[in-house]
Amino acid sequence: MYLGRVVGRVWSTVKNPALEGRPLLVVQPLTPELEPAGRRIVATDATGAGEGELVWWVRGREASFAFLPDEVPSDVSVVGIVDEIHLNRKKRADR
Amino acid sequence: MLIGRVVGDLTAARKHESYDGKKILLVQPLTLDGEETGAALVALDAVSAGIGDRVLLVTDGYAAFSSVGRDLSPIDMAVIAIVDRVDLAAAALPANPSPGQQHP
Repeated sequence: MYLGRVVGRVWSTVKNPALEGRPLLVVQPLTPELEPAGRRIVATDATGAGEGELVWWVRGREASFAFLPDEVPSDVSVVGIVDEIHLNRKKRADR
Repeated sequence: MLIGRVVGDLTAARKHESYDGKKILLVQPLTLDGEETGAALVALDAVSAGIGDRVLLVTDGYAAFSSVGRDLSPIDMAVIAIVDRVDLAAAALPANPSPGQQHP
């Protein structure tokens, strides 16, 4: 799983019926130091996360398992909202 | 599988139910030379690993969710072992290691 921040939403009218009523979030992947780590992605949401929230997300087939028994065609899902991060390491000099 | 170091953990009240009761770790992937590579990842703990431990990380869904006993859940990474030691054959080492580079 990867850390990220919800930075937007995607709205769609014409879509797979299984996506009906499921928010689509735009997520910026982050390092634990909360610096951007790669391109923003679109994710289905299994948590009720809103814009600005720090989350973690899962990729691949497992992303759709968040909605079982519903079969949702998703390969990225937000599965948790972070309350606190405990980090214990020296910050890398190159960051 | 990847070798990494546990650099932290996180807490969350709102999360998918499959994460309930499990420790959620932040793992920094390492090269075989022990250098950090890429951004740290979020992984579920299957072996009671702690901060500072060098660990073995699976990055496939089936391996990850089965290792924590949560079948068919949205979990794609888990810490499945604490590494005691890594032995590398001489042939696996770079031909011309850069100065100051250390091998285990």
